[in-house]
Amino acid sequence: MIKYAWLIPVFPAVAFPIIIFLTRKVRLLSALVAIAAIAASFVMAVGVLREVFLLGVTMEKPVEYAAPWLQIPGLLKIEAGILIDPLAAVMLLVVTLVALLVEIYSVGYMHGDPGFSSFFSYLSLFSASMLGLVLANNYFMIFFFWELVGLCSYLLIGFYYHKHSAARAGLKAFVTNRVADFGFMLGFFFLFAMFGTFNFRELAEAIPGYQNTGFLALAAALVFIGPIGKSAQFPLHVWLPDAMEGPTPVSALIHAATMVAAGVYLLARAFVLFASLPGIMLLVAYVGGFTALFSATIAVAQRDIKRILAYSTMSQLGYMVMAMGVGSMTAGMFHLMTHAFFKALLFLGAGSVIHALEEQDIFRMGGLYKDMKVTASTFIIAALALAGLPPLAGFWSKDEILAAAFDHGFTGLYILGTLVAFLTAFYMFRLIFVAFFGNRRAGLHGHESPLTMTIPLLILAVLSVVAGFVGTPFASHGFSTFVYYGEPHHVEPNYAVMLLSTLVALAGIGLAWLLYGRPSDVPEKLATRYRSIYTLLVNKFYIDEIYMWLFRRVVLGLSEAFNWHDRHVVDGIFDGVGDLTRISGQKLRFLQTGNLQTYALVIFTAVVIIALWMAAPVLGGVIQ
Amino acid sequence: MNFPILTAIMLAPVVGLLLILLIPEREELTIKITAAVATFVSLVLAILAYVLFDHGRGGLQFLQDITWVPAFGINYSVGVDGMSMPMVLLTAIVIFTGVFASWDMTKRVKEFFIFLLMLVTGVFGVFISRDLFFFYLFFEVAVIPMYLLIGIWGSTRKEYAAMKLTLYLLVGSAFALIGIIATFLYGAQQLGHATFDIQTLATVKYDLGFQKFVFFLMLIGFGVLVPIWPLHLWSPDGHVAAPTAVSMLHAGVLMKLGAYGLIRVGVFLFPEGAKYWAPLIAVLCIVNVVYGAMIAMVQKDLKFVIGYSSVSHMGYVLLGIAALNTLSLNGAVAQMFAHGIMTALFFALVGNVYHKAHTREIARFGGLAHQMPRVAAGFLIGGLASLGLPGLNNFVAEFLIFMGSFTREQSLLGGLLSYRILSIMAISGIVITATYVLRVVKNTFFGPRKTEWDHLEDAHGVEMVPIVVLVATLILFGLLPSLQIDMINSGIAPLVAKIEAAKAIGGIF
Repeated sequence: MIKYAWLIPVFPAVAFPIIIFLTRKVRLLSALVAIAAIAASFVMAVGVLREVFLLGVTMEKPVEYAAPWLQIPGLLKIEAGILIDPLAAVMLLVVTLVALLVEIYSVGYMHGDPGFSSFFSYLSLFSASMLGLVLANNYFMIFFFWELVGLCSYLLIGFYYHKHSAARAGLKAFVTNRVADFGFMLGFFFLFAMFGTFNFRELAEAIPGYQNTGFLALAAALVFIGPIGKSAQFPLHVWLPDAMEGPTPVSALIHAATMVAAGVYLLARAFVLFASLPGIMLLVAYVGGFTALFSATIAVAQRDIKRILAYSTMSQLGYMVMAMGVGSMTAGMFHLMTHAFFKALLFLGAGSVIHALEEQDIFRMGGLYKDMKVTASTFIIAALALAGLPPLAGFWSKDEILAAAFDHGFTGLYILGTLVAFLTAFYMFRLIFVAFFGNRRAGLHGHESPLTMTIPLLILAVLSVVAGFVGTPFASHGFSTFVYYGEPHHVEPNYAVMLLSTLVALAGIGLAWLLYGRPSDVPEKLATRYRSIYTLLVNKFYIDEIYMWLFRRVVLGLSEAFNWHDRHVVDGIFDGVGDLTRISGQKLRFLQTGNLQTYALVIFTAVVIIALWMAAPVLGGVIQ
Repeated sequence: MNFPILTAIMLAPVVGLLLILLIPEREELTIKITAAVATFVSLVLAILAYVLFDHGRGGLQFLQDITWVPAFGINYSVGVDGMSMPMVLLTAIVIFTGVFASWDMTKRVKEFFIFLLMLVTGVFGVFISRDLFFFYLFFEVAVIPMYLLIGIWGSTRKEYAAMKLTLYLLVGSAFALIGIIATFLYGAQQLGHATFDIQTLATVKYDLGFQKFVFFLMLIGFGVLVPIWPLHLWSPDGHVAAPTAVSMLHAGVLMKLGAYGLIRVGVFLFPEGAKYWAPLIAVLCIVNVVYGAMIAMVQKDLKFVIGYSSVSHMGYVLLGIAALNTLSLNGAVAQMFAHGIMTALFFALVGNVYHKAHTREIARFGGLAHQMPRVAAGFLIGGLASLGLPGLNNFVAEFLIFMGSFTREQSLLGGLLSYRILSIMAISGIVITATYVLRVVKNTFFGPRKTEWDHLEDAHGVEMVPIVVLVATLILFGLLPSLQIDMINSGIAPLVAKIEAAKAIGGIF
C-alpha cells in the first residue's frame, strides 16, 4: 500500500478537473465524484497507516521514493517525492477522514447553492494539495502545495464572491499568507545555499554537523514565518477571523482542522532544524504561547459564533506551536490530531445552527437545545473536549503540552497555558449557555439538520471522545512511541498537572454558568465598568486597524508617490528631451533667414576666422 | 533534416500576408481566416520543431545558410538553440491567439492583418537569425509596423503613444546598431575577414575596454526594449494605446526581443563587459520590480495595471541576466516565455472586456464574474501566474531566477550590498504583486452584480481560443517544467561556459 501512497492526493486531484469539465451541470454527481475520490484516499490512508505499523516504519526508518521533476545537472535537483513515516501517516488519516466527513456534510449544507459543483471541485483541489503537502519529501514540494492550499483557501473564503466582505476576506487571507511565504521561501533558500538540497532527510543528516549556527538560526527564523502565517500566529493572525466569510464546512475543514495546522506540521517536518537552536525554539514557544493567550482573551468578547470558534482555533494552534517550541513534537502533533476532530465538529455544529437559523450572533440565539438535540449534544461534547475535561480527547493532548512545558522547565509558559485553559472553558461555555440554553429568541426557530449533516457530527463526536486514548499514559503512551523526534520519549503522567488543569476548566465552566447560565446583568455591568478593556477586546486590540492604516498610508501612499514620480519626473525628463529637440529645431530654423546679406556676412566672418587660425603659425607671436 | 523548418515558420505569415493582399477588402472573414491559417501553420511547425529539437545534443539546430553579400560576410543563416526555440514557440502561440483576439476587428481589417503579419515575421526573424546583420534587419522590421498598428488602430492617446514608442525603440536600436557595427569592424580586423556570424564573432577576443563600451551600448539599445528602468515609459503608454492583438505581441513578444538580444549578443559576445555592467543591471532591475509593482497598484485603467506589471516582471528577467549563472539565466529565459504567455492572456481578456464595455476603468466595474464567469476565471488564472503560484509556468521561472541570484555570492559597493540582498528585495515583489493583482481581480470581478453590465456577454466561440490555449500553456509548463527547462539549459550551458571562462573582473560597483 505504501508503494501506492502517491495515489492518495491523485484521487481528489483527478476529481477536480472531472467536476469542472464534465459533471458541473449534474450537481449530485459532482458531489459523488468528490466524495468517492476522498473516500478512496481515506481507504488508502488507512492502509498506509496499517502498513506503517505492520512493517515497522518508524521516524528513523521512513519510506521514501521520488521521481525527478526538475533538474539542472550539477546544480539543482527537485523531486516529486513521497516520504512516509508515522508523522505523515497520522496526518494523512486525519486529513482524509475530516475531509470525507466534511464533504458528506456539505451535501446537506450546500444543498440549493448555485455554486454547488464548484464548491466540491474546490474542496477536491484542496484535499489533493493538502495531501500532497503531507506527503512531500522536500521543502520545495511542501512549499508548492503550501501555496496551492493557500489558493484553495482564497477561493473558498471568497466563495460567496457577490459579497464585498467575502471578496475582501479572501484577498486579505492570500496577501497575509504571502507575507509569510516570502519569509518561508527565503528560509529554505538559505538552507539550499548552505546545503545544496531541499530534501528533508538529506538536510536532517547535514544540519546537526553544521558549524555556522548564526546562518542556521536565520534560516530557521525565516522558515518559522511560514507557520506564523499559515497557522495564524501573532502578528500574522489577522486573516483567520475574516476567513469565516467562507461557507461553514470550509471553515471546519480548512480553517480549523487541516490547512491551518499545516504550519504546525511544517514545524514537525523541519523539527531537526529547530531542535538544535535553543534561541529559536524559545521564540517559537513564546509566539505560540502569546497567541494562545491573546486570542483566547479576544474570544471572550466576541458575539459571532464562527468568530468565537476562529479565535479559539488560533488559540489552540498557539498551544501546538508552543508545544513544538518547548521541544515536544509529540505533544504538538497529538493535539493537532485531537483538535482536528473536535474543532471540525464545533464548526460543523455551528454550521448546522446557521443552516437552521441563518443567524450567527449568539445573543440572538437561545434555547436551541430543545430544537436541535443532535447538534446541541455533539456540540457540547466537542466543547467539553476543547475545554479539556477528562476523559475526552482534548484533555489528554492539552495535558501533554502543559506537562511538557512544565517538565522542560518553562514554568512561565506552563502558567500561561493553564490560564488559557481557563479562558477556553469560559468562552466555550459562554457560547453554549447563551446559544443553546435559556429562552428562545423571538422569530428564530431551530430545526434539526438532515442526516447527511448529523451523521458526520455523530462520528466526529465519537472521535472527540476516544481519539485521546491513543496517547494516554494508560495506553502505554501509544502516540509518543509512534510520532516523535529523536528518542521516543513521553512525559511521565503528572497527576498534579492533570488535576490542576481539570479544576481550572471546571472553574471556567462555572464562571460561564454564573455569568451567562441564568438571567444576570453582571456581564453588562462588567463591560461597563471595564469599558476600555472590553472595547479593546471587542476590537481585537485594533491590530486590523493598524495594518489597514499602514497599508493605506504607507504602501498606497508610497505607490502614489512613485506613480507621480514616474509620470512627471521620469516621463518629464524624456518628454523634455523630445520637446528640447522640437523647440531647438523651431528656434534654429530662424537661422535660415533667406537674406543674402546675412549669409554673406556669416560666410565672410567664418572665412576670416579660419584664415586667421591657419595663418597662426606664420603670424607667430601676434596672436598667441 | 532538409526541410527548412525555421524559414517556413517565418514565411508562413508572409504567405498569409501576400494572400491577404489579394483578397478584396470587404471579405473580412476570409481575411481573418487566412491570417488564422497562416499563423496556425507557424504554430504547428513551431511545436514540431520544439518537439524535434534534440536537447541532448544541444547547440544550434535546424541550420540553413544562404550566402547573400559575401564581401561583407552577410549570410541569411538561421538556426535555433535551447534559448531561441522557446522564444519561437512563444511568438507562434502569441500571434496565433492574437489573431483570434482580433476577430472582432472592424476597422480597415485588411491592412490591420497585413501589418500584424509583417510584425510577426520580423519577430520570428530575430529569434532564428544567426547573422547579426539579419538580426538587426528583422529587429527593425518588427518595430515599424508597430507604429502604424498603434497609431491607426489604437485607443487612448494613440498618436502620442505610437510616436513615443517608435522614438524610444529607434533611439535604442541606434545604440545597438553602433554596437553591432563596432563589433563587426573589430571582428573583421581580428579575424582577417568580414563576418556577421554571431558564433564566429563570439570566438574573437575583445579587449576589456571595448567590451565595456560595446556592452553598454547594447545595454541601452536592448534595455529600452526590455524595458529597463528608467527607459521604460514607452511601454505602459504603448500597451494602453495598442489594439488587443498588438498589446499581446508587444508585451508578450516584443519586450523579449530586448532581453533576448541582451543575452544573445550582449552577454554571449562580451561576457567581461556583461560582468562589468551586471551590478548596474542588478540594481536597476530592483527598481523595475518593486517600483513597477507599486505603481501598478494605484493604476485606474486595467491596461495600465498590466503595463506596469510587465515592467515589474521583466525586472525579474533582468535580475536573471544580471546574476549571470546557470540557474538565473535558465530562469530568465523561462520567465521571458512565461511572462509572454501570461501577459498575452491578460491583454486578450482585457481586450474582450473593453470591446464589449467600452471602458477599462476599474472603478466602474465590479461583480463582472456574474456576467462573464469565463473571463473572470481566465483573468484569475493569469493573475495567479503573475503572482507566481506553483503549478503555473511563471513560478518555475521566477523560482530559478531567485535561486540563481540568491546563491550568487558577490558583494557590491564594498560590501554594502550583495546579490543576496538584492534578491531578497526582488523576492519581496511576490508580495506586492499578489496584492495588486488580487485587488484588481476583486475590484473588477467580485462584489455584487451591477445591472449596468448585464448586457455584457461572456467569452464564447472563437474568443475562447486565446483563453484556452494560453491557460493550457501556462499549466502545461507549470506542472511539467522539465519540458521547458531541459531545452533552455541546453542553450544556456555554452553561454555559462563562456561567462565562466571569461576573466573575473570587478563590477562597476
